[in-house]
Amino acid sequence: MAIKYDATIATEIINQFEAAPEMLVQLLHAFVQRYGYICEEAIRQIAAELNLSRADVHGVVSFYHDFRTTPPGEHIVKICQAESCQAMGSRDLTAHAEKKLGVDLPGTTSDGKVSLEPVYCLGNCACSPAVMIDQKVYGRVSNAKLDDLLAQYGDGQ
Amino acid sequence: MIQAVTVYVPRETAAVSLGAHDVAGKLSALDNVNVVRNGSRGMSWLEPLVEVVVDGRRIAYGPVAVEDIDGLLAAGFLEGGEHDLKVGPVEDIPYFRNQERWTFRRCGLIDPLSVDDYRAHGGFAGLAKALAEGPAHVREQVNMSGLRGRGGAGFPTGIKWQTVADAKGEQKYIACNADEGDSGTFSDRILMESDPLTLIEGMIIAGFAVGADKGYIYLRSEYPLTHRVLGKALTAARESGWLGENIQGTEFSFDIDVHLGAGSYVCGEETAMLESLEGKAGLIRYKPPLPAIEGLFGKPTVVNNVVTLGSVPDIIALGGDAYANLGVGRSKGTLAFQLAGNIKRGGLVEKAFGLTLRELIEDFGGGTASGRDIRAVQIGGPLGAYFAEQHLDTPLDYEAFAKVGGMIGHGGVVVFDDTVDMAEQARFAMEFCAIESCGKCTPCRIGSVRGVEVIDRILANEDRENNLNLLNELCDTMIDGSLCAMGGMTPFPVRSAVKYFPEDFKR
Ligand SMILES: Cc1cc2nc3c(=O)[nH]c(=O)nc-3n(C[C@H](O)[C@H](O)[C@H](O)COP(=O)(O)O)c2cc1C
Ligand code: SF4
Ligand code: FES
Repeated sequence: MAIKYDATIATEIINQFEAAPEMLVQLLHAFVQRYGYICEEAIRQIAAELNLSRADVHGVVSFYHDFRTTPPGEHIVKICQAESCQAMGSRDLTAHAEKKLGVDLPGTTSDGKVSLEPVYCLGNCACSPAVMIDQKVYGRVSNAKLDDLLAQYGDGQ
Repeated sequence: MIQAVTVYVPRETAAVSLGAHDVAGKLSALDNVNVVRNGSRGMSWLEPLVEVVVDGRRIAYGPVAVEDIDGLLAAGFLEGGEHDLKVGPVEDIPYFRNQERWTFRRCGLIDPLSVDDYRAHGGFAGLAKALAEGPAHVREQVNMSGLRGRGGAGFPTGIKWQTVADAKGEQKYIACNADEGDSGTFSDRILMESDPLTLIEGMIIAGFAVGADKGYIYLRSEYPLTHRVLGKALTAARESGWLGENIQGTEFSFDIDVHLGAGSYVCGEETAMLESLEGKAGLIRYKPPLPAIEGLFGKPTVVNNVVTLGSVPDIIALGGDAYANLGVGRSKGTLAFQLAGNIKRGGLVEKAFGLTLRELIEDFGGGTASGRDIRAVQIGGPLGAYFAEQHLDTPLDYEAFAKVGGMIGHGGVVVFDDTVDMAEQARFAMEFCAIESCGKCTPCRIGSVRGVEVIDRILANEDRENNLNLLNELCDTMIDGSLCAMGGMTPFPVRSAVKYFPEDFKR
């Protein structure tokens, strides 16, 4: 995920959205997809090229949970914290993950491998508890299944 | 050469979350098998549900893990052989057979990305009829159907469309709300992944009915698979001449873009969604003006939920009265209930309004997954009330639920067994409101934070009676002083928890 910020490529991304202010949310998604997060430089450049104030862009970035402003771990593990998953033990699953990874939700392991994050419903509520790792959804995730998944994603200490 | 056997393996989030891709991969490698990736029948508890075509019938096996395939092959499942996982012909499964499928009738049946398959099962018949009969006919049929918004508020769709049709202005929009943020709901997702052309057709018909040439689907970012399927379905629709310029050679043009949400629950509220579609933070707008008059970019806009729009094609094809003949009272037609949480047979149940909660949870759902007693049921998402055993015989229609202080909302039903701590659930309702509040009004933004603190004090047994009173007053303040249902309805789950489960607040 550690791709270095590059103003030329950033301009290319912005131009894909025709530098249109109404595309700001979509454009920020593209930045997160490329760089993993929205850095200060990105905010400055987006503001300049979209003719918005930096405060405007900041306001949008900070409003949405998806737009993080710090680099994520190599893998992002999101455990659903909403009601249906609560009914199937997501609180225990979260505690297990926190213990296993040695981080509190939300947080990133000290080796930078895994970011553990909350999510509020993945639409997989008939197969709760649900977990999303990077862009993949998993259902009926027991503690043991989570351990297996973490091992698969290269964090199986 | 022997004829290849057709085997259906869903490409749908629940099925994929339980290994459907691996199953499809392994089956595709066999040279006598032709794998079709369908959507889901909605029987999530059986996913991945694999269907084998034997003598023209689809025989189901499930839930199939990749490790089961060797055994299934040995048992001759490609000829419909017996096996522990065999559930038999799909249409004979009681859960499926006892539904009234309208909006979801093609889900799982067809290849979601094939326009030919879609048309072979009645797809685009509604749009063809609309184009032939004209916009006024379409509005009349939607009105006659009694269809009400399935996103939560239950507003009559026909009235909304008429308002937009009557509004002045050259540019109008259709904005489909696919934010589906409520816990316990996934019907929008199942429709978009299993039969996306139905939504696309519904949006085109809506555009035709009100005079709009542009539609947006506001899709939550938590649905990456849905996003890919929708993108492909839009391309297929365009390539076949059903979407874009001069649809089917007529004067009418309409196109659709997909925009992603960004992890905000409140952006499911229609005015916040419009702000977000305009690239801004999802702050709720004051109403009036209604979006139907001044919506997206200030233009008249139809905002409808996925299931609302997806119900329209057959209303036009079969007639508004055919839809209105289903249901009870002012709750016409069908609703796609979604069984979730601690439930044995979780999934989607499309039924005419009027069955009871007990029939839904016990007959369809089979009770809890844990086998323990049901203690609480939350209906209508995180802003919906919690109900107890004594409410299970309430019929599921908008009015009957309003009478007992609840709402059906988007049809999500989340079941909890007797291990649930309802004080913790009440606390979560407040916490969720604090996390997701758009921040525009104080009772919601600050009240929810205070709510968490007060519940913590109640649980710590600090001055319990006074704090329970304080919680009650706080709920009143939130109900009276909030601009939208986020702050205005968070008190519903909180109060119902205190009212029906008082013992959990006294430990
Ligand atoms: C906090 C909040 C969240 C909402 N979330 C959704 C949602 O995710 N999807 C949806 O269709 N409607 C949602 N609604 C309802 C919409 O505001 C609106 O009523 C609906 O999209 C209109 O479409 P319909 O008439 O077809 O239901 C939400 C409302 C509120 C107050
Ligand atoms: S009630 Fe809450 S979410 Fe709704 S407008 Fe007020 S602050 Fe925003
Ligand atoms: S509540 Fe967890 S997936 Fe819906």
